[in-house]
Amino acid sequence: MTDYNFAYLDEQTKRMIRRAILKGLAIPGYQVPFASREMPMPYGWGTGGVQVSAAVLTPDDVFKVIDQGADDTTNAVSIRRFFQKTAGVAVTEATTEASVIQTRHRIPEEALREDQIIVYQVPIPEPLRFLEPSEVETRKMHSLEEYGLMHVKLYEDISQHGAIATSYAYPVKVEGRYVMDPSPIPKFDNPKLEMAGIQLFGAGREQRIYALPPYTKVVSLDFDDFPFEATKADHACDLCGADDSYLDELIVDDAGGRMFMCSDTDYCGKRRKDGHVGAQGVPYQEDAA
Amino acid sequence: MQVTALEGGFGNAPIDSAHAFRGVMNAMARPGTIHDLAGATPPAPLSVAAGVVLLTLCDPDTPVFLAPSRDTQALRDWITFHTGAPFSGPDQAVFAVGAWDELPLTSFPIGTSQYPDRSTTLIVELPALDNTGATLRGPGIAESAQLSLPDLAPLQGNATLFPLGLDFMFTCQSRLAALPRTTKVS
Repeated sequence: MTDYNFAYLDEQTKRMIRRAILKGLAIPGYQVPFASREMPMPYGWGTGGVQVSAAVLTPDDVFKVIDQGADDTTNAVSIRRFFQKTAGVAVTEATTEASVIQTRHRIPEEALREDQIIVYQVPIPEPLRFLEPSEVETRKMHSLEEYGLMHVKLYEDISQHGAIATSYAYPVKVEGRYVMDPSPIPKFDNPKLEMAGIQLFGAGREQRIYALPPYTKVVSLDFDDFPFEATKADHACDLCGADDSYLDELIVDDAGGRMFMCSDTDYCGKRRKDGHVGAQGVPYQEDAA
Repeated sequence: MQVTALEGGFGNAPIDSAHAFRGVMNAMARPGTIHDLAGATPPAPLSVAAGVVLLTLCDPDTPVFLAPSRDTQALRDWITFHTGAPFSGPDQAVFAVGAWDELPLTSFPIGTSQYPDRSTTLIVELPALDNTGATLRGPGIAESAQLSLPDLAPLQGNATLFPLGLDFMFTCQSRLAALPRTTKVS
């Protein structure tokens, strides 16, 4: 740990990121430009989230990292180890014990508390980018509050598919002003964006930071006759039986066998520990390993 | 340069500033909440909280405006030694420090429609700071909060500029509260 400055980044970089975070909190949903640094991992692996976490962490924090809800995937494990090594922080897989949670593409099932901070890894922070490739234009559109194009896109979904087919990175309007990309979380998670914790979004390659203070009003875009729906697979978890959690579908053999399981591994594991058993699950046993 | 300019900085900059920033961030994310800051002892008349905020957020990239009551040579030397921040008039300031009555609120940049973040953050030194007085509503506040604000009209006017506008931090001794442009006061 003595080989690195606390939390890897140098102090001047952290100050620059911290100033961006404060302006982000003051203007919820607005993407604050920042001078993103090279991190010891490739772009697309969470360099934005890592930089925000580095600027926010204190030595007293308990740090959790999830990747699509799972604590045990490569991306989550390596980021967790990175801050264990460079910041010496305690780490956990339990949502309730964490004070800072870095996430890729999910919000934990358990509601976050006031003393918790969640940091999102964001690939493309600009919700209008796939509709308008020019940054000059999208910046102008945000300044003029010109979001008609986004509604046209949702409308075209309805005219082609009969429903709004956008199922992740579902655009939201923050405090009636900025349209924001909530990062590629499933739209099932959108209602959780109004929460008690502080939400910070970091996009490393695109050099943007944005934020949502607690209890900020976040509305998923929709139409009166096609209201927003937080959808999930119409199933219960095959491991723990939960019917209120977001599910991953897993192919388990070559014969087309499949099972649904909670994407939030901590939530699923806790339920199994408490004695819940799903259709294909077995009663929980303490791992021999 | 006097010896005092060299003293009173963070003992352990990475750790102290991390703790300080957590307080500042919580203050900005939850308008009306009061947080204790520690780690720096700036020369009088600057408060501890204002000193900690400057050490946590200022560097050569951030021009600082000092209002007359805070514009002393000792304080300039202290800020220069510990942060390297240049001093500027209000129109260039990224941060401004002073008492409420002496800050020229209309002279600070409030951002542009395309870059509303390019606005000044004001650190307002108050004689008292507690959770009484004006009612605050807005992002970061579940229902409402109360804070002893120095005045209402200019802050109400500032909120109408949203998404442009100034962001405020209020400091008193080691205590800090913040009022971003989104907060509606009454």
